[in-house]
Amino acid sequence: MKRATQSTETPQVGRSVPRLESWLKVTGRAEYVHNLRLPGMLYGKIFRSSVAHGRIKRIDVAAAQAVGGVHRVFTGEDIRKLIPEPYYGPAFHDQPVLALDKVRYVGEPVAVVLAADPHVAEEAAHLIVAEYEELPAVYDEVEAVSSKAIVHDVLKPAGTFPDLKHVKGRTNTNVALDFHLRRGDAAAAMAKAERVFEHRFRTQQVMHTPLEPLVSAAESTESSLTIHTASQSPSFVRMELARLLGWPENRVRVRVPFLGGGFGAKLYIKLEALVAVLSLLTRRPVKISLTMEEQFFTITKHASTFRIKSGVTREGRIIARECEVWWNGGAYADIGPRVTQKSGFTAPGPYDIDNVLIDSYALYTNLPPAGALRGFGIPQLVWAYEGHTDMMARELGIDPIEFRRRNLLREGRPQATGTVLRDAAVDKVLERLETLIDWKKPFDHGSGTLRRGRGIAIGFKACVSPTTSLAAVNVNADGSCIVYCSTADMGQGSDTAMAQIAGEVLNMAAESVTVVHSDTDVTPYDMATLGSRSLFHMGNAVKLAAQDAKQKLAALREELKLPPDSEVSEIFKKKYGMQAGNVVGTGSYLPSYKSPDQNGLTDNATPFWMVGGTGVELEVDTETGRVRITRLINVGDVGTPINPRIVETQLSGAAIMQLGFTLFEKMQFDDRGQLRNASFAEYKIPGLLDLPAEILNEAVVAEQRSGPFGAKGVGETGTFGVSPAIANAIHDAVGVRLTSLPMNPEAVWEKLEEAR
Amino acid sequence: MRREIRFRLNGEAVAAQVAPHETLVEVLREEFGLHGARESCGQGMCGCCTVLVNARAVSGCLYLASLCDNADVRTIEDGEPDAVQQAFVDAGALQCGFCTPGFVLMTRQLLDENPEPSEDDIRHYLSGNLCRCAAYPQIIEAVKLAAEKRRKS
Repeated sequence: MKRATQSTETPQVGRSVPRLESWLKVTGRAEYVHNLRLPGMLYGKIFRSSVAHGRIKRIDVAAAQAVGGVHRVFTGEDIRKLIPEPYYGPAFHDQPVLALDKVRYVGEPVAVVLAADPHVAEEAAHLIVAEYEELPAVYDEVEAVSSKAIVHDVLKPAGTFPDLKHVKGRTNTNVALDFHLRRGDAAAAMAKAERVFEHRFRTQQVMHTPLEPLVSAAESTESSLTIHTASQSPSFVRMELARLLGWPENRVRVRVPFLGGGFGAKLYIKLEALVAVLSLLTRRPVKISLTMEEQFFTITKHASTFRIKSGVTREGRIIARECEVWWNGGAYADIGPRVTQKSGFTAPGPYDIDNVLIDSYALYTNLPPAGALRGFGIPQLVWAYEGHTDMMARELGIDPIEFRRRNLLREGRPQATGTVLRDAAVDKVLERLETLIDWKKPFDHGSGTLRRGRGIAIGFKACVSPTTSLAAVNVNADGSCIVYCSTADMGQGSDTAMAQIAGEVLNMAAESVTVVHSDTDVTPYDMATLGSRSLFHMGNAVKLAAQDAKQKLAALREELKLPPDSEVSEIFKKKYGMQAGNVVGTGSYLPSYKSPDQNGLTDNATPFWMVGGTGVELEVDTETGRVRITRLINVGDVGTPINPRIVETQLSGAAIMQLGFTLFEKMQFDDRGQLRNASFAEYKIPGLLDLPAEILNEAVVAEQRSGPFGAKGVGETGTFGVSPAIANAIHDAVGVRLTSLPMNPEAVWEKLEEAR
Repeated sequence: MRREIRFRLNGEAVAAQVAPHETLVEVLREEFGLHGARESCGQGMCGCCTVLVNARAVSGCLYLASLCDNADVRTIEDGEPDAVQQAFVDAGALQCGFCTPGFVLMTRQLLDENPEPSEDDIRHYLSGNLCRCAAYPQIIEAVKLAAEKRRKS
């Protein structure tokens, strides 16, 4: 039960407050765009490309248009009548609202049917016929570098975000962005090394599959547009739509209620431009709800190839490292270039290496676009460098944890970019993993056809920078409090965390604080809910806003000659003669940042580091190749947790999600780029039967001094180490090394066969 | 093509005009404004659309509405909050909440059949419900907690 003026001295930060919206969710009453129905609304169903790469020769919509109940059918050419250059995207303006001139992957939206009855729209969409002049296609990220098949004739960088300003337009290439880092002299150090190791790792394309599939609706007048969307980035949607339409931002309103999961799928701009244009063209509200199948054709996680090479001294010190990473971005760049750079610079891992060379490439291919998925590329990198680390340790005959300890990047030491590690408990995470997994105790490796193994891995991430968050905290005349911020609560518990932060400052129970959901007409700007940035950035902004409100209340008390401990309601009663008025505090947070120089170096790459480690114990059935995880240990440096229970759920949830990407999830394409398993019948995600028997989560004792009350982000931390820890444990169990994901029974069995 | 069906919805006698292809989830959403059962995978693989028809859980995204003629239909919106829902809140057994109603309904059915389920029983019985946020450890905890709450009351 919420009490409006509940005042408390109890600390709000560090309390496991149940999520504020818990009851709405257990009773099925939480608001999602999925539920939204507007009067007079038309439903859109998308007709998609059946070829991977081709010039559009003809789109015949006559039969679809003739179906009774169809309002209208639109193609890219219709969009062009409203917006001459209808291309969007956060890094490149490369993605058309509907395909124009060319299609670039199987499943790309080509036309849309609108009808009041979604079944009619769907039936009519099946009647559309398109003819293409097929072009050579490229699917593999390494082949894309030299392929004659060019996905985009001209590259069109957006220049929207300050950290991606260096992206330059090019022609006759599939390389959207190449990031290079040179620290010391890797080649010279490599030549001096006692031993040199080189390995190659691959990851597969997977999908976020939020259970609320992507959905957006638009309503419009002549001069205004309201978008209701399941989006992690309402401010960006507004900016991008305003740019496309040539309107000022105040004519575009973007509303976001709860999200039924996001994980990076609902970032930047997805269906919003399409529904906006359709609403403006028809003067009717328009809603498009993707099916689970269609999500696979919308946004995915990068497949990747990583060549990693290290030079090691006789004493087991890594003195040189080369990293060459190719990111399969699919047909549209989305945020791939940022993944390439921001994750790319951590490719050498949390190790103290003086000589580093990194080449990281974002590639266009003729596959569904890839963007951010819970880790922004970090899990792909950790997969490689932690497998590599274990392989070297075993070759050198050094205990894998001891080998890591010898090379660990410690507090106060510069990372590859030159940015010094601060408040990053890499050593503590490794230490706690070692203890929790009882590393020093003898381990039963099983016998017969059931072999047991254990392994660990650690990874780290630099939070994306520079990004901004703004917030407002309103104190009403009765003393109750409302937080305004554009952070989207997609399940991570941000509403609760922000209420705890505001409550801590204002001495109010978090349960009594209301958090207003994103509405760009109401809530201030926020870069986006992504990359574990919100608790830190928005948390700082909310804290500043609450402090501002508190100072204003203190000033009023002084002005009205009220004692400092007087109730808030007394202030307003005395000032206005009744329960009236309010105080609004504002807060704005932008960390400092320095762009990398021509060598990829900077002494200020990130506002904070995230550290995550995983330990696993598992069984391998040598007859079937099946891997069963018996124990999963997740350790993270999350700073000081604001809400320990939610932090724990985030750590284990992220690790279990990554378990799916590790053991079985894979988008399977045929040789013409057609996805063959775009459904839950054929694409399995982790369920209760996949859950390890034992899961242990721990946030190490730590503090992020620049974070709100010592906190930092946690949403992705649990993903980092899972895949390599499992590969390392499989090797420990049966002596075979897997270097490609997923490690499904077939892949493990094949490796075992090779070794037999 | 539409025909009228009459059924009991959360204890109340109702009627709806339904087309033969319309699913139970669609009719609940379009005709009755009930959103707790929701279509996600559209294949009966995830459990987000769980509805009770004549006291048995069905996948509302596949179950044709016309089959509900004369049936007793119950959704998450039915009745007062119960021990299962309280347990999900207390255990923090939800994140985005999209799958939660399905888990709550299946947990009630599990505990009706088996008031003291083992952890293995819970994992198997709820294996048809998916949670992409993977709040599974907390869901198991919630089911155990709910069983305990029910036994005490």
